[in-house]
Amino acid sequence: MQTVMSIAIDALAYGMVLFVISIGLSVTMGLMRVVNLAHGAFAMIGGYLASYAARDLGLGYAAGVLVAIIGTVIIAVPIERFLYRRIYGAPELTQVLMTIGITFCVIGITNFAFGPTLKTIPLPPSLQGSLDLGFRSIATHRIFAIASGLVVAALLWFLIEKTAFGIKIRAAVDNAAMTAALGVRTEIVYAVSFAVAIGLAALGGVLGAELLPVEPYYALRYMVTFLVVVSVGGAGSIPGALIASLLLGAIDTTGRYLAPEYGEFFFYLAVILIVTLFPRGLAGRLK
Amino acid sequence: MKKLFTIALAFAAMSSAAWAETIKVGVVGPFSGPFALQGKNFKAGIDAWFALNGNKVGGNDIQIVYRDVPQADPARSKALAQELVVREGVQYLAGFYFTPDAMAATALLQQANVPMVVMNAATSAIVAASPQVLRTSFTTWQTTTPIAKVAKDQGVTKVITLVSDYGPGIDAETAFKTAFAKEGGQVVESVRMPLSTNDFAPLMQRIKDSGAQGLFTFLPSGPPTLAFVKAFNDNGLKAAGVKFYATGDLTQESDLPALGEAGLGLQTTFHYAVSHDSPENKAFVAAAEKAIGNPAELSFPAVGAFDGMYVISKMIEATGGKQDAKKAVEAVKGLSWISPRGPVTIDAESRHITENIYLREVAKDANGKYYNKEIQTFEKQGDPGLAFVKK
Repeated sequence: MQTVMSIAIDALAYGMVLFVISIGLSVTMGLMRVVNLAHGAFAMIGGYLASYAARDLGLGYAAGVLVAIIGTVIIAVPIERFLYRRIYGAPELTQVLMTIGITFCVIGITNFAFGPTLKTIPLPPSLQGSLDLGFRSIATHRIFAIASGLVVAALLWFLIEKTAFGIKIRAAVDNAAMTAALGVRTEIVYAVSFAVAIGLAALGGVLGAELLPVEPYYALRYMVTFLVVVSVGGAGSIPGALIASLLLGAIDTTGRYLAPEYGEFFFYLAVILIVTLFPRGLAGRLK
Repeated sequence: MKKLFTIALAFAAMSSAAWAETIKVGVVGPFSGPFALQGKNFKAGIDAWFALNGNKVGGNDIQIVYRDVPQADPARSKALAQELVVREGVQYLAGFYFTPDAMAATALLQQANVPMVVMNAATSAIVAASPQVLRTSFTTWQTTTPIAKVAKDQGVTKVITLVSDYGPGIDAETAFKTAFAKEGGQVVESVRMPLSTNDFAPLMQRIKDSGAQGLFTFLPSGPPTLAFVKAFNDNGLKAAGVKFYATGDLTQESDLPALGEAGLGLQTTFHYAVSHDSPENKAFVAAAEKAIGNPAELSFPAVGAFDGMYVISKMIEATGGKQDAKKAVEAVKGLSWISPRGPVTIDAESRHITENIYLREVAKDANGKYYNKEIQTFEKQGDPGLAFVKK
């Protein structure tokens, strides 16, 4: 019983980290219809900025998180304006080729600027160490990641479903020409949603750094996992991404405990089953 | 007129005799991509050797030709090695970070009349693949075997092994089991982890449930080691007194700043620590740090490359710069010298390096820099893994 509880907690923690990193990708792919393979690259830029601010400049963790989000968005805005805007509505292959190109450029630049070694983001004392739950202990930063994931999910849901801006996003996604005709500045709506998605990527990169350490190949190494979460959850759906992250986290964690030698067999088996049964993802909207 | 002609001829003969030959050495390694740091260390080791010894041996210039194989890719490694031999005309092949890359290139050696100096790849079988292969690094068997004795000496009798599920990991698991059984200990469980594992928490639960007093682990150097050690500490295993044993791949110097406090006290066995206290090592580290640029990036492949260059220089000396692989290899069999890592010998039979293996503990120096502190020496360790190579 203790073991079951213990695995459940590990699964929850891993799932929430997956959620925080993948949700930004879900926004770009589902709401903006851009297959953004550079998502991992932006998460990595966030991680590097946070590491630089918190470790090399000694500003502390909270400042590091802020620098990461704001800095990554500032870097991303011109990239959106000059590169991404050309590929909205373009065929997927064009989008994939361009964003993977951006990814390789980012890998090369970070490798050149920061070197190939691992970078860490020092945690504040309140997040260090672990918390004793009675039957086991769990790292405090994981609890922090779980809480952050829940807050992010709630805020995003509120933004998209309950605010005027959310209505504009949804309208622009469904019919951009009609929305523009009604006087909505769709390019601004797109730019803002892109900035939000990139900010979330950066936040995920920082929060997940204890689990997925920041190094130049981060941008490619974990991209498949992020894409899997989005396609299983259904692109653009916040509850979908949350359920998918938790489900895949649970399957992966249990599989790794019971039969580690099978590798990611159970993870991908689950993905194949879900995508076969729900081709648009668990919560994907039918066209 | 005839006299003048004779003088001219004599001059011509003299100048051709004094004409220094350029001997090319082809180095294959990962110089770009995720393992670029290891390739950079090869280059730093070679550059350090040139900085300390110059690039002339017996009047012959040595020139290095680098070829990049970013990830383990035997087909590409073989193609590049062939290109080096045929187009560049190299007399020596060296480098090789990954076992499959080295193995693939061994097929060329005999026909090409070229010796190969393996500067890293750590599977026992490579030296058995061709009589023209020499190795100046280590094998997983060699670095793993002493840690079993360390565990037993510390009163640990039940150990669980967790290794990455690939060649060297399985080598480490077998080596540890063999050595620990010889010491009279018991391996209660052996778990193989997929190479792509990010979250180690469930495996920590496995360790806890196994009731082992100690853990032996092998992971390739790089990102997973950080997550693994953190998971070990965060899940309360360190606090519960479970002992942690691993080979030095886990605590290579370039990963230590990232491990930070979490790495303090980790005990590993390995053939080389940058902190090794000897005049040879001080000279080597000074030159290699200059060559690599950032001192924090210097780690073990550099010393393999440095000693590899020493062996190559001795082979060039013995053959007088003529291409003769057999004579060159014969000449360095049984060669002993003081390497930056300590006294070493090229074993005459296996052509693998016999060296000291050190037990080290991660410690913090006065400047707050983390380093591997050598606390025990296992002298003149050969490669126990050779006995298990299938002929």
